[in-house]
Amino acid sequence: MTDTRFKTDSALKTNTLKGATGQSMQHESAVKHVTGAAQYVDDLAEPRQLLHAAVGQSPVACGIIRTLDLSAVLAAPGVAAVLTLADIPGHIDIGPVFPGDPILADGAVKFHGQPLFAVAADTLDNARRAALLAHVEIEEAPPLLDPQEAIARNQTVRPVHTMQRGDAAAAIAKAPHVLEASLSVGGQEHYYLEGQVSMVAPTEDGGMQVWCSTQHPSEVQKLVAEVLHLPIGAVTVETRRMGGAFGGKETHAAQWACLAALLANKTRRPVKMRLPRAMDMMLTGKRHAFENRYRVGFDDSGLLLGADITVIGNCGCSPDLSDAIVDRAMFHADNAYFLPSATITGHRAFTNMVSATAFRGFGGPQGMLIIEKAMDDMARALGKDPLEVRKRNLYQGPDRNLTPYHQTVSSETLTKVIQELEISSDYWARRQQISDYNAGSPLLKKGLALTPVKFGISFTVQHLNQAGALIHVYTDGSIHLNHGGTEMGQGLNTKVAQVVAEELQVDLQHIHITATRTDKVPNTSPTAASSGADLNGQAARDAARTIRLRLAEYLVEQQGALRDGIRFANNQVQFENSSGAHCMSFAELAEAAYMARVSLSATGYYRTPKIHYNRSTASGRPFFYYATGAAVSEVLVDTLTGEYRVLRVDILHDVGRSLNPALDKGQVEGGFIQGMGWLTTEELRWDEQGRLLTTGAATYKIPTAADIPPVFNVALMEDQPNEEATIYHSKAVGEPPFMLAISVWSALRDAISSVADYNINPPLDTPATPERVFWAIQAAQQAAATHPNGANTP
Amino acid sequence: MIQFLLNDQTVTLHAVAPSMSVLQYLRTVLVQVGTKEGCAAGDCGACTVVLGEVWDELHPQGQQSALHYKAVNACITPLASLHGKQLITIEHLQQGDSLHPVQQAMVDCHGSQCGFCTPGIVMSLLAWWLSVGQGTASADRHGIELALSGNLCRCTGYQPIIEAAQQALASTDDHFRQQQADVVQQLQALQGDPMDDQGDTGSEAMQQNVQFFLPGSVSALARLLEAHPQARLVAGATDLGLEFTQQLAQPDTLIYTGRVQELTQVIDTPEQLIIGAAVTYSNAQPFLRKYFPAFADLLNRLGSLQIRNQGTLGGNVANASPIGDTPPVLLALAAKLKLTGTQGSRELAIEDFFNGYRQTALRAGECIESIIIPKLSANTTLQVYKISKRFEDDISALCLAIWIQREPDAGGSGAGRSTVQAIRIACGGMAAIPKRARATEQVLQGTLFSTADVDRAKATLSQDFQPIDDVRASAAYRLAVAGNLLSRAQLELDQTLAPEKLSLFGTAEVAAHD
Repeated sequence: MTDTRFKTDSALKTNTLKGATGQSMQHESAVKHVTGAAQYVDDLAEPRQLLHAAVGQSPVACGIIRTLDLSAVLAAPGVAAVLTLADIPGHIDIGPVFPGDPILADGAVKFHGQPLFAVAADTLDNARRAALLAHVEIEEAPPLLDPQEAIARNQTVRPVHTMQRGDAAAAIAKAPHVLEASLSVGGQEHYYLEGQVSMVAPTEDGGMQVWCSTQHPSEVQKLVAEVLHLPIGAVTVETRRMGGAFGGKETHAAQWACLAALLANKTRRPVKMRLPRAMDMMLTGKRHAFENRYRVGFDDSGLLLGADITVIGNCGCSPDLSDAIVDRAMFHADNAYFLPSATITGHRAFTNMVSATAFRGFGGPQGMLIIEKAMDDMARALGKDPLEVRKRNLYQGPDRNLTPYHQTVSSETLTKVIQELEISSDYWARRQQISDYNAGSPLLKKGLALTPVKFGISFTVQHLNQAGALIHVYTDGSIHLNHGGTEMGQGLNTKVAQVVAEELQVDLQHIHITATRTDKVPNTSPTAASSGADLNGQAARDAARTIRLRLAEYLVEQQGALRDGIRFANNQVQFENSSGAHCMSFAELAEAAYMARVSLSATGYYRTPKIHYNRSTASGRPFFYYATGAAVSEVLVDTLTGEYRVLRVDILHDVGRSLNPALDKGQVEGGFIQGMGWLTTEELRWDEQGRLLTTGAATYKIPTAADIPPVFNVALMEDQPNEEATIYHSKAVGEPPFMLAISVWSALRDAISSVADYNINPPLDTPATPERVFWAIQAAQQAAATHPNGANTP
Repeated sequence: MIQFLLNDQTVTLHAVAPSMSVLQYLRTVLVQVGTKEGCAAGDCGACTVVLGEVWDELHPQGQQSALHYKAVNACITPLASLHGKQLITIEHLQQGDSLHPVQQAMVDCHGSQCGFCTPGIVMSLLAWWLSVGQGTASADRHGIELALSGNLCRCTGYQPIIEAAQQALASTDDHFRQQQADVVQQLQALQGDPMDDQGDTGSEAMQQNVQFFLPGSVSALARLLEAHPQARLVAGATDLGLEFTQQLAQPDTLIYTGRVQELTQVIDTPEQLIIGAAVTYSNAQPFLRKYFPAFADLLNRLGSLQIRNQGTLGGNVANASPIGDTPPVLLALAAKLKLTGTQGSRELAIEDFFNGYRQTALRAGECIESIIIPKLSANTTLQVYKISKRFEDDISALCLAIWIQREPDAGGSGAGRSTVQAIRIACGGMAAIPKRARATEQVLQGTLFSTADVDRAKATLSQDFQPIDDVRASAAYRLAVAGNLLSRAQLELDQTLAPEKLSLFGTAEVAAHD
């Protein structure tokens, strides 16, 4: 068995393994995606006697239910059952953290369209038609729709929270310059292409098998068990993949699984519940809209001395995840900047709207936007370039490295990202070109902005920072991989499989990716907070190492191998014993170990180290590390109409030592464009009765292929391993790039302010639709005419 | 009986519910679930399939016996309208283990993330790739953007999809091209099916009391309308389809106009362009490009390519929506409508067609047969502007079209600086109907169309229009921008500003956008 082909360990590993970490492997389902073979929940073979479910909805946003007569619903063609609160054997509240989310309206209606009952029928159309036949009487009350009014009236879903360091008020009072301004930040519809869907089948043991498009199978499992009054172990949830999620399937997938399970329980038949698009948009939560304010004091150089920032999250009608979301907005109200003294206050407003929920960035983008506005406003107040003021205020050095929540920031990467991008994007030369262009262009104006991102990585709810994995090795060397994370397109399964390939030194093709199932890895956290690869990659590595250790032990004990001489490399294992050097394939070793009665199945587990946070003092280390990046955007604005185009974007983003550069680049590009949509064309509108008007893609406009910048340079930082011991020193990438799009909004304001010789800070709430841009131009022109020397009206 | 090719198999259906969509048929009847439902409203493209059609002598613009490929939204395409066509689905692209070039490119370029929009994107790219090969689509970036205009992707940011499209062009052969002649023969055989030869009613899908008629002539169409007064006409179904998928309407009688000879032809005379009411936007576009470039440009922003491949000019006019994109242009061009019923035909100025919100002058039993557009004469110009939140596939906040006829320019002072002899300004999104700006036209009539003239005219727009606030824009924005668009028109005619300082699409970097 001696093989002399292999010289050294490193020679063995050099580019020979197909699919190890660091390689740009294609998404594990790429071929299935392009052939239509990838199955989503609605594509699964339907069990016999399947019923389809729909919900009956409240016609008003606020009121008390007086009559709910479902006789016509029950009598409608194809209907098998209706479900009301009275039919629910267990819990009726499915609030994920705090109560407040009854699975069907419980006496009171809190938002327009709220489900009042559910119906199961032979076809989806029959269920939908039947759901329209209920006789409902509701004693209507005026809905509360304005979050600022809600705070004034003390209508909140959770108490106010404050983070404080130093005496901001005193610092501002002493400062040479003071500015204050407010900003309305719009929400965002997830518009995952696959709407919410669950299919549930009763099992022979009285339990439930659930197929659900969810980021959080364990929570769906727990809630299905609770509404049915079953032990958690009686319910199994499976999620192979989602057709997009972005946070919208973290908590808001559960209701439909629970309703389907309740109807399945009532009828003892399998039930599928899939929300048609308009209902999905009406009935599931969106990104929180925010009303933000700042008051800052700064010196002549643009250095911030004190900041008083208030953020008001429009949480809708229940707490859901809003406490943590508004907290994250507060955690990011500093973004990349050192606030020598700061007070950050976060309110959680109640409104009669569907409960707002997680969405990529989880409040972070909304918080960041207010400090980025302050940077631009300060720069224009001083007649400086905004980039100069931004750089002046960055976290840097040992004296300027403490966040308002008392975590220390290591600023080296942040500084480097900005420096490199400033050069690669040719910022200063373009700034001059743009000034020249604008001076000679009365109608069209260009704008430019560089904005950084510093995003904290970890769930701020500490117990969620854990993960599990399960690996089986079979006797032919094939490997079955399972972990607690879910695949929503981000390529998590691919990355985790690459980790296992690396650890066991086998080609990626030997690793079989399987659906996430609560009966394989229990008590999992949601795949959220950008943590999927960090947590599950580490758990899978732990499991792989356990197996590798057992295999090595086998070689030592049964083959007399020298412990130090065992090398796993390139689908083979080398070892030395008294008879010399040996090499066997991984498959041969697996077979041999099995014959020697070695367990080839292992679980893995991980919990994030170092993190701690005391919310009562608002201090600690909530984040294991920060992900950083920066973007430069150039826009062209038509002052006659407010229409604009994003002409060029340059991005430099730090993903540490990338697990898969192609997938990471995909996250950066996709996150950026999604963020750009949030800040530009994606406008949610409600009427005065609290009815959502934008219930489809006809009125809610996410970016199309023609909206992306014709010049779109995206690069990952090179040679920048995460200084923390993350999985192969990589960094999380799901959420952080989303906020790079703030550069587009900032560039729009830059272009607008050019109509007033950069003396005016144009008001520009988001999304910055052409109409908002138009009115901002009008306001700037008017202010310039009134105060020709520049009046800073942020 | 309905007959079509599903990929390479002939499908014969004897009963089809009029509201049955191609998507429902694929997913729930055939259980071919590769085609996805994203919105069921023709807005996201997840359900995109490709139709192969043989253009025959009914379409003078078409190359006879050539197979043309177009991407459509399966979710709002009536199944029965497939008669005589080839339906290509995602399941038919892979040959054995080898992926189609567009599929392979999507894999190589990391063009899928969650994968849900991907089958639709692949189908749009397939139609584009085949059309590029036939010289009917542009291979450049703008061509790719147009091809993808109706496909939403929420994950990738599109960059890798655009790269995939570019990479796919490196291959030029596939089984569709190889089998084209066979498919043409098969489809021609279906065209000639005996049911179609009955002429009067054409093929008919019967299911108890519900019917789907596919007449072949306008006289047959008129007789059907008379016999079935409750019937709805369906052309592209890009609006009607939503009544089925969103409002769950169950129509009992539909009459499909897409096979009516008179309605599907374009007649090009020296003075007029006569476009059949059921000619799709896509098929009308080359003719409009030739005579009314600004109109053709507007069509690139009307819906998505999938919608333009299905939707028709006649449908847009008959729908009488205040935010339809073509009526303002047709008003500015003083187009006429040929209306036909069993009593014969009449011509009506399009301005007299719109009676009120979604109300038209169409009489019972009448249909729009064609739209007659007078060509531009010397010294006349047409300018068209559309304002929406998003450039691609968005409904107008407002649409404004200006037709101007100037005095012959004797003094050599430059085109567009002579006196305005006649002017027509029409707007969509500004009133309950698409409407002329008569008072504003009056102000500009006889002027030199100078900045000062336009400024005076802008002030009168509020006499012509009292727009409303809605989800797309505020009344104040609509009015202010309508005025500014008059300024833009003036500046464009004035030609004192360089293109890169006049139009968002005039800069070098985005010059590809026309």
